[in-house]
Amino acid sequence: MSALEQASTTYDVARIREDFPILGRQVRGRPLVYLDNAATTQKPRQVIDRLVRYYTEENSNVHRGVHYLSELATMEYENARGVVQRFIHASSEKEIVFTRGTTEAINLVMQTWGRTNVGAGDEILISAIEHHSNIVPWQMLAQEKGATVRVIPVNDSGELLVEEYERMLNPRVKLVAIGHASNALGTINPVRRIVAAAHANGSLVLVDGAQGAPHLPIDVQDLGCDFYAFSGHKVYGPTGIGVLWGRESLLEEMPPWQGGGDMILSVSYEQTTYNALPYKFEAGTPNIEGVVGLAAALDYVSSHGLANIAEYEHGLQTYATKRLLEIDGIRLIGTAREKAAVVSFVLEGVHPHDIGTILDQEGVAIRTGHHCAQPLMLRFNVPATGRASFGLYNTREEADALVDALHKVIEVFR
Amino acid sequence: MSDLRELYQQVILDHNKNPRNFHELPDATSRVDGYNPLCGDHYTVYLKVDGQTIEEVSFTGNGCAISKASASVMSSTVKGKSKDEAEELFDTFHKLVTGEAGGPSAADLGRLAAFSGVSEFPARVKCATLAWHTLRSALEGKQDKVSTE
Repeated sequence: MSALEQASTTYDVARIREDFPILGRQVRGRPLVYLDNAATTQKPRQVIDRLVRYYTEENSNVHRGVHYLSELATMEYENARGVVQRFIHASSEKEIVFTRGTTEAINLVMQTWGRTNVGAGDEILISAIEHHSNIVPWQMLAQEKGATVRVIPVNDSGELLVEEYERMLNPRVKLVAIGHASNALGTINPVRRIVAAAHANGSLVLVDGAQGAPHLPIDVQDLGCDFYAFSGHKVYGPTGIGVLWGRESLLEEMPPWQGGGDMILSVSYEQTTYNALPYKFEAGTPNIEGVVGLAAALDYVSSHGLANIAEYEHGLQTYATKRLLEIDGIRLIGTAREKAAVVSFVLEGVHPHDIGTILDQEGVAIRTGHHCAQPLMLRFNVPATGRASFGLYNTREEADALVDALHKVIEVFR
Repeated sequence: MSDLRELYQQVILDHNKNPRNFHELPDATSRVDGYNPLCGDHYTVYLKVDGQTIEEVSFTGNGCAISKASASVMSSTVKGKSKDEAEELFDTFHKLVTGEAGGPSAADLGRLAAFSGVSEFPARVKCATLAWHTLRSALEGKQDKVSTE
């Protein structure tokens, strides 16, 4: 028995599905087949119940009151920071900054570290398969500072050309900003190798982990990167909450971001003293429900084991890829050897948007469009793709439903 | 399948596969780009207007079947019409695809009636109206890119 088959015998997907109430509903009169997990994931009852419990029993502001509920909410909020720290194997809770999501985390780094450390003539390297959220902030910074954003090319499979990247490194490169996994193609980037070369060059590395955290075991110390950002809602938690992890020494040196309550030690009209890490970067009342919900989500994911989830999803992706390739006229966009839970495709003669509408009538939810990665679509010379993205609760039967629905598309169009 | 057949009527599939007036217009008096950022539909509409009359209409670009067929049917419908007539047609078409109460009857619409199924698919209204919005912008003499967002 192969390792994969072994994993699938211990991985009880039917039981996992029972944790997700929404998976039981119908859409358009058919059972929901939710294959848009790279956009957002559904939430298990453990997360939903946690949010309800927070508002039913614990709601109060954090870091402020001496009363019971404020102490309780503060304790839950800070415990959650510990859950995140353990989830990504950070060395200290002080390195965990709560944000609205990956986008805000990247913008935080751009506006604080970037504005302090990037100047005229400097370079920021990004890859050709980045989400807009890891492109636009760097363009804004480059424009402001007279710096340049340069793009690391990919091959036709959607894999980063690492040797080309290593040649692009030079003393002007201050930062390499790279996705852990591509939302549009699924490509898993060789982060360790990228970091090693960057550090040898004196450049820092920010990893956009929005598509990494849901699918791969994350160990920021092992990856060796300097910043890691991810979103709660893509890892079965609530929307509006995310995490920036940064090396303590870097975060210490960075100026504060937003000013307000909670990020200060003392305020007078003459002088304000900023709070210690991580509070320096968390101005205002935070998204407390989001934080406790995120912790519940990470606990949920951890209870199944990221390695088990990755292995299960890999099997699912391999199966879905094989089934899709049985369809005449299907072309896969993104065929990297190292891929996470995404199958992006085009169907000859049918625009992805039409595919999306017809699949929807069959209860199958996929994303169609440019996946917030327009330069990438240009690279592969397609206006858009259809993208099926899998989560820990998806099944082979759902991959079959996708294939059946695609046959309906062909029926309408041929 | 019935709603789908209603959306993807034969006229639409035909115009998608063999779009009419699908080329540049070298002697155009105006050209405007239209873009639907949600799905990446992207067209350029070319017009040759003489006084009040639309003498020639053509388009180039790419997008879904609904948007391409709509651009194709639009181009053959408004050719030879006056600017005001084209505006009225857009108005009628818009009521049809949004399912506005008291909308036009199929008899008034000719080939445009093929788009009646769009009203059951609110997410696709922007696809169906992209070329028309672009046409309107060209008729108004605007040069800016039209976006349906």
